[in-house]
Amino acid sequence: MYTSLTNRRSFLKKMAVLSAMTAAATMFPGILFAEEQEEGLPKGNLDWKKAPCRFCGVGCGVLVGVENGKAVAVKGDPKSPVNKGLCCVKGYHSVMALYGKDRLTKPLVKKNGRYVETSMDEALDLIASKMKETINDYGKDAVSIYGSGQWTIPDGYVASKLFKGCIGTNNVEANARLCMASAVTGFMTSFGIDEPMGCYDDIDHADVFIMWGNNMAEMHPVLFSRLLDQRMRRGVKIIDFATRTTRTSMAADKSILFLPQTDLAVANAICYEIIANGWVHKEFVAKHCNINKGLTNIGYGLEDNFSFKDQPEKIDFEAYKKFLEDYTPEKVEKYSGVSAKDIKYLASFYGDPNKKVMSLWCMGMNQHTRGTWINNLVYNIHLLTGKISTPGNSPFSLTGQPSACGTVREVGTLTHKLPHGVVTNKEHREFAAKIWDVPVENIPAKPTYHTVEMFRALDRGDIRFMWIQVTNPMVTMPKLKRYRDGAKKEGRFIVVSDVYPTPTTDIADVILPSAMWIEREGMYGNSERRTQYFEQMVAPPGEAMSDTWQIVEVAKRMGYEKQFYYKKESHIEEIYTEYRKHHANKKHNMAPLAVLKENPGMQWPYVEGKPTKWRFNATYDPACSNNEAFHFYGKPDGKAVIWQRPYEPAPEEPDQEYPFWLNTGRVVEHWHTGSMTRRIPVLHKAMPHAYVELNPDDAERMQIKNGDKVRLTTRRGEIILPASIKQRGIPAPMQVFVPFFDESMLINDITLDSFCPISKEPDYKKCAVRVEKA
Amino acid sequence: MPIISYLAHPYKGKKDNLVQEISRVKGCEVIPAQNEELLIVVTETSSKQEEEILKAKLDAIPSMKLLTMVSGFETPID
Repeated sequence: MYTSLTNRRSFLKKMAVLSAMTAAATMFPGILFAEEQEEGLPKGNLDWKKAPCRFCGVGCGVLVGVENGKAVAVKGDPKSPVNKGLCCVKGYHSVMALYGKDRLTKPLVKKNGRYVETSMDEALDLIASKMKETINDYGKDAVSIYGSGQWTIPDGYVASKLFKGCIGTNNVEANARLCMASAVTGFMTSFGIDEPMGCYDDIDHADVFIMWGNNMAEMHPVLFSRLLDQRMRRGVKIIDFATRTTRTSMAADKSILFLPQTDLAVANAICYEIIANGWVHKEFVAKHCNINKGLTNIGYGLEDNFSFKDQPEKIDFEAYKKFLEDYTPEKVEKYSGVSAKDIKYLASFYGDPNKKVMSLWCMGMNQHTRGTWINNLVYNIHLLTGKISTPGNSPFSLTGQPSACGTVREVGTLTHKLPHGVVTNKEHREFAAKIWDVPVENIPAKPTYHTVEMFRALDRGDIRFMWIQVTNPMVTMPKLKRYRDGAKKEGRFIVVSDVYPTPTTDIADVILPSAMWIEREGMYGNSERRTQYFEQMVAPPGEAMSDTWQIVEVAKRMGYEKQFYYKKESHIEEIYTEYRKHHANKKHNMAPLAVLKENPGMQWPYVEGKPTKWRFNATYDPACSNNEAFHFYGKPDGKAVIWQRPYEPAPEEPDQEYPFWLNTGRVVEHWHTGSMTRRIPVLHKAMPHAYVELNPDDAERMQIKNGDKVRLTTRRGEIILPASIKQRGIPAPMQVFVPFFDESMLINDITLDSFCPISKEPDYKKCAVRVEKA
Repeated sequence: MPIISYLAHPYKGKKDNLVQEISRVKGCEVIPAQNEELLIVVTETSSKQEEEILKAKLDAIPSMKLLTMVSGFETPID
């Protein structure tokens, strides 16, 4: 909530309340002050308009109060089925992020080492001419665009159309590669189609919630408050399964800690228990599942140009059962740190036919060098027990960004993707080319660079031009120093579109000021397949322009007027209407724009005027066509896949020289790299800088106290941070945790750029580190 | 002219009582959490001494288990 400075005293009073609410939210996950939030809103003739919140992947519906052309207040939208009128601390403060003092308002061009203001027309001319020049000199695969899960759907769509359809390069990537790619490949390998089969309504039906390495209390606080609400109403059980004690662990009924990477073994041990105890839903497995094994010892992507292709091979149930004999709870407890008793405890909920179980995960499973595998293994548990695609029985991967699903996964802003299907499929290329009105030959059949490799290519000089929109890779890339140095090399041209100066704008040759969130029109798609529309509510500052229109303008300047025919006053509607054509089928149909405008979002597949809540279940999903109760239609034979995937160690484990594990992540107060939330005074005051969390016993042994300077050293470099002991979270012994929101303490300078060979998503959760009192 | 916000923790089962007691204290606003045993208290006084007296009054409420300050602002009268 934010109000204008018409009355300093009443403003300070609101600040005092907000500070207290923020402090309360960090102490009590899911705490609600909804009545006060409603009562405390500014009085007067505010014009309230609906929008999805832009500060995480939950997709809360908010109402933004506008007065005299300025957004002055936010409240939860009571009509939104996502958040039912609630907001978290970031949501309530969200409009303040529009009004930071140092908003970028003018295009800046670097000349002789200094940024010089220029007009938007001149900046766009320069970008178009540099792209053409780079293509002429180095070929079309020398230009690239790197976007974000905070791109709106139209932003991502025009980026893909320009680069893949018109220019003819698959150099399109987005930061969701760093957070959601393993979820995508998990879905694709297990079900042949992306995104969760269930929805948030599962929370109202499940009896048990198992959080797989997911600090939901801080990262998805409104959804977590729904879990707590169900516990008060129905006595549901919440179990936290993680490597570190967090706010989620403290609020859970039970916290189980495992050693990094061994979630793979524990998941297999749960499957072993399910089979050993006769809890397999035999009819479901026989009718609806295949069992596959893939390659093993698949590497970690540490070397440039690393490539991997899995070779799935069908196996029978007996072979799978035999494989699991290596994963008895007693064997796994020896290296996982999880007792056999706790493994059996977890398995008992999945195995109990009278308990509905929801598994929830986010970065812990996705940012993992075996991210695809651990996603597969959790699906295995649900498939073996038939606990899937029914209300309350739901393996559910949560997203981190407001449109990681809507833009990156559905529009397909990844090197291998098209809005419908993949670039390697001729029919999919033909389909896209027809809608885009380009020759099919324009779309290359081969993917180029995933995100890590794209920045490696920039360093090597294979890529010469990069346009970065709505993201801050010079804070988020792992092993950051290499990529920062690479981006600064001679002969690279970098364009950055953003709303504030960041370490990424520091490497730019051209900085474009972007219109943010409700300063333009657009749509986001959240974790439960819900597409939400928002209108332009206020004017952007100065010459700031939407990322969509920046790309359209450059496309026109490059000679693609025919494909970018959109009119400025109606381009969002025209783009969305064109985009819907890619998904016009029962498996993925998107709701028309008029429906999105009228409703607090709508879930796809939207068929015959209705959203689909549970996919693959014939009771709810009109795309099921096999005359059975379930139809996993993403696979040609209509069956889901149970994958045989082993435990394999992390690429870099603690040793004598680097004896601790380093884990990185987020905090509730800040949105990712903090470029927006650190400009909101209340949030900045609540969490002003990064820190390193230590286990209290380790700290005592090393004579480190709260606030003491601690040096962290990895094979990539070193960093000094203040110590945090028994404050926000508590790492297990010989582990440390550092949040990444603070650009003045860049933890990613020392992280490792290993990734899952299938998803290509880096693992920010595990590398070896030395810890010393500085 | 201090404006101070506090988090007030009631003794178990005494949340409603604490809300009522704080509401009677002049210069205090109380905002109870809906789903936790916690209250936000905002005080508005005309001087530091007055604020200290007010805090002592709050601390003396029998149902008050713990009162912790979160933020403080100094401002002139409108």
